[in-house]
Amino acid sequence: MASFEVADTVDITDVVCPVTFVKTKIALDGLDAGEVLQVHLADGEPLQNVPRSCKEEGHKVLSLTDNGDGTYEMLVQKGEDADE
Amino acid sequence: MAEKVDYATLKKGGFMRQRQKDRFSLRLHTVGGALTADDLRNIGQIADRFGNGTVHLTARQGVEIPFVRLQDVEAIRAALAEVGLRPGVCGPRVRTVTACQGNRVCPSANIDTTDIAQKIDERYYGVELPHKFKFGVTGCHNNCLKAEENDVGIKGSCKVTWLEDPCIGCSICQKACRDGAITMKDGKMVVDYGCCTSCGRCAKACPVDAWRVQRGCYTVSFGGQFGSKLVQGHTVVPVIEDEETLFRVTDAAIGYFKDYAHKGERLAQLLKRVGTEEFDQKIQEAYRG
Repeated sequence: MASFEVADTVDITDVVCPVTFVKTKIALDGLDAGEVLQVHLADGEPLQNVPRSCKEEGHKVLSLTDNGDGTYEMLVQKGEDADE
Repeated sequence: MAEKVDYATLKKGGFMRQRQKDRFSLRLHTVGGALTADDLRNIGQIADRFGNGTVHLTARQGVEIPFVRLQDVEAIRAALAEVGLRPGVCGPRVRTVTACQGNRVCPSANIDTTDIAQKIDERYYGVELPHKFKFGVTGCHNNCLKAEENDVGIKGSCKVTWLEDPCIGCSICQKACRDGAITMKDGKMVVDYGCCTSCGRCAKACPVDAWRVQRGCYTVSFGGQFGSKLVQGHTVVPVIEDEETLFRVTDAAIGYFKDYAHKGERLAQLLKRVGTEEFDQKIQEAYRG
């Protein structure tokens, strides 16, 4: 898998829905289009909803890696036409 | 001398006898609970004029105007006809078709439930049968309209196919699947279509659109009922992909019920009495066409 330069990281394992996505969204707001955000998220509800919500808002999910401890790392690239 | 009142005919025409003497709760013909604002205004006016100013919303998305007097039966029928409304039916026949809002409104729906409910209504509403017969149409597997509680339940489904190219191998789909139908093998997602219920949760959870989704499919269940005895309808054939097949299958179900049910016996009881083998066979034949 290609490696990406990460512009910022955010940990959403300490919050619950809907704050998980709100935190992600705020972090993406701080980036320019094309830049990559690394999101540390938990299995379960955040895993099933946050990546999907990123896609729906026009961002591109590049990868999702299982850390093996019930958490995942998602790399998401800010979309060109993503909703501000 | 008092004239003898034919309650059975009144009931057939939607007039249900109340506990109060010579008062009736009038059921209106509705489909999937879809009414216009004009309909609601007209119903309100008619309830004021002929009832006691109240309206009852039934358990199956119907509308009833209670406290209609026996002597007003003809007048209220005329008043309803004038505004494009008509009484519903009760008793041993095909009843109100229920439906959720479907894909005209709901983002989750896989089918146009309003359209399907109207077609079912046109095809079967009021058809005389050994006992009551209910259709319910729900847009997706969230099943808001509880498809399996009906004699025939129709649930919107979508067939899914994994796409290798956009997939990033995150396996969220595998976690999203409630039927254990998805496994990852050598970096590829493999679907066991024998377990897949075509609910579409995998495609919905996918962050990169790595699933081709064929909406507009139907999962059909038979022999369900609620009320005094609860029975969950069972599926007989695979997910149906077109309307023609859907109606062939519903025709077969209602035909079997008409031919074999005893008077006062629901489809669930008939299937319990004679077993599902022959029924299932008829449905499978209809499915194959």
